[in-house]
Amino acid sequence: MTDIISAQDLVKTFGRNRAVDGVSFAVGEGEIFGFLGPNGAGKTTTTRMLTGVIPPDSGTATVLGHDIRKKPVLAKQGFGVVPETSNAYTDLSAWQNMMLMGELYGLPRRLAEKRASDLLVTVGLLGNKEQKVQAYSKGMKQRLILAMALVHDPKVLFLDEPTGGLDVQSTQMILSLLRDKNREGMTIFLTTHNMEEANRLCHRVAIIRHGKIVAIDAPEKLKMAIDRVHRIEVSFDRGVPGEALGEVSGVIAVNRIGDKYRLDVLSRDTAIRSLVAFAASNNLQIVTLNTLAPTLDDAFLRLTQEGGS
Amino acid sequence: MNPESLPEQARRAWAVAKKDIRIYYLKGPVLIFGVFMPVFLFLAFYMGGRDLPLAFLIPGLVGMTLFFSATAVSPAIFPWEGSAKTLERLAACPISIEAIVLGDMIASALFGIGITLITVLIGVGVGLPVLHVDILFIALFLGACCFSALGTLLAVPPTNVPSNIMMLSSLLKFPLVFISGIFVPLAEMPRWGLPLAAISPLTYFCDLARYCFSGAHYFPVTLDIGLLALFAVVLSIATMYFHRKTMPRRL
Ligand SMILES: Nc1ncnc2c1ncn2[C@@H]1O[C@H](COP(=O)(O)OP(=O)(O)OP(=O)(O)O)[C@@H](O)[C@H]1O
Ligand SMILES: [Mg+2]
Repeated sequence: MTDIISAQDLVKTFGRNRAVDGVSFAVGEGEIFGFLGPNGAGKTTTTRMLTGVIPPDSGTATVLGHDIRKKPVLAKQGFGVVPETSNAYTDLSAWQNMMLMGELYGLPRRLAEKRASDLLVTVGLLGNKEQKVQAYSKGMKQRLILAMALVHDPKVLFLDEPTGGLDVQSTQMILSLLRDKNREGMTIFLTTHNMEEANRLCHRVAIIRHGKIVAIDAPEKLKMAIDRVHRIEVSFDRGVPGEALGEVSGVIAVNRIGDKYRLDVLSRDTAIRSLVAFAASNNLQIVTLNTLAPTLDDAFLRLTQEGGS
Repeated sequence: MNPESLPEQARRAWAVAKKDIRIYYLKGPVLIFGVFMPVFLFLAFYMGGRDLPLAFLIPGLVGMTLFFSATAVSPAIFPWEGSAKTLERLAACPISIEAIVLGDMIASALFGIGITLITVLIGVGVGLPVLHVDILFIALFLGACCFSALGTLLAVPPTNVPSNIMMLSSLLKFPLVFISGIFVPLAEMPRWGLPLAAISPLTYFCDLARYCFSGAHYFPVTLDIGLLALFAVVLSIATMYFHRKTMPRRL
């Protein structure tokens, strides 16, 4: 896997505030990389440095092999950006905004027109394309901005909270578009507060706190990493004495909740295997068996609070 | 296509210029201001009871119109776009800062030339023929380049409050008009006045304009053209250089 985006020791200070404090990571080709962190953690600042909007105080960033400081035009040619704050030209129509993007990326007029109408269909704005963006709702603006970022069919897409404040429909539309684009090979860098979104979409996520990265891993692994003790809920077709369950190998503690047992286990795998064996040898039928995974929320809260501020 | 090449960047600058014209210049109030300015200037100076001969007055008005129209809107574009966050969009696009500045300059130069042609027409309308059409067009072109560069140069201080910039630019623009031989012929200027006039590009433009309308001029015509071109180049380089420096502080 080749690195499409790489950041080395990025630092940005605003006055006395070290907004980004030595951030390094790499994003591989075709990856959806989530960038998570609490408010003010430095996500937007990092994204703006990666996309060449503001210069880092120190450190380097390369996108598609081009140093964003030394070869900004070449690097920018290859990626699209959906910034944190809506910024289409409100005095222009959606169509004019799309054409402007086409020209700024040097697309031939015909191609720009074709792409623009396809994209406006995809984001459901074709009917409003002659309308000034001023009159757009937040969701319409955000969908337009996504379409604007895609008009040159970039290899990489940076998005800073693309679904913030949007309704379920707009959110779903944007996420499914991202998934499609990723399937076609696009590398995606996604900043978000929405754990569910990151969990479902991202191959890997980085968690940033006070300008420093505290974890980078696949969402599933992050969740697992925070809890060495796992939970399983099981219920059988008839009552079983709790003590018997306690002796099943790998089970540390047993809690009875209604007709279920909640087991703390060291390893899910061992515990489930022994539970199945236990049921078989005692002539029990397993009615339900749930593994209670920590959510990405849990992981996030743990990682961003640990050690205080 | 090499996105970094000059022709490609120039094409993208043209895209910025078209956007500027659509958004900032083809607006009711701006157009009305632009069209009425030459008319009011003419009425104020001609009907205002001043005894200036037309052949002296009109070239001065042509100079003033070009100067004020080419610097009218451009100082505010960067602050506007900074506060509307559209500058962030441009900054993330594959266009150099120089090309963005060039785009703003092209738009203001075209606006300046368009409005100034109205003053020229008023001059022709009141019976003043244009003796040297070719020189007039060269002068208009160079003057427009000069003043639009000056206009964007005024936008260099990285504030995102347009009114601050507009105040500052008025403070600089009005004195320039008074030292540029618009109201007083260069030949009649006091001694201390000439060196001041010599540092203003508007002086050379007005001198050229007088030559085009009346044949009279103070400096040699080639010197006027050469210096105007030099001013245009130096001011363009300066505005691009300084914008490159201050742009990150707007974002
Ligand atoms: N232009 C700026 N000038 C001064 N301080 C800034 C600027 N931009 C960001 N900061 C500061 O840098 C820190 C990080 O901000 P940033 O916008 O990167 O956070 P974020 O992770 O994107 O937060 P959010 O989730 O709220 O969008 C904050 O403390 C913020 O106040
Ligand atoms: Mg942010």
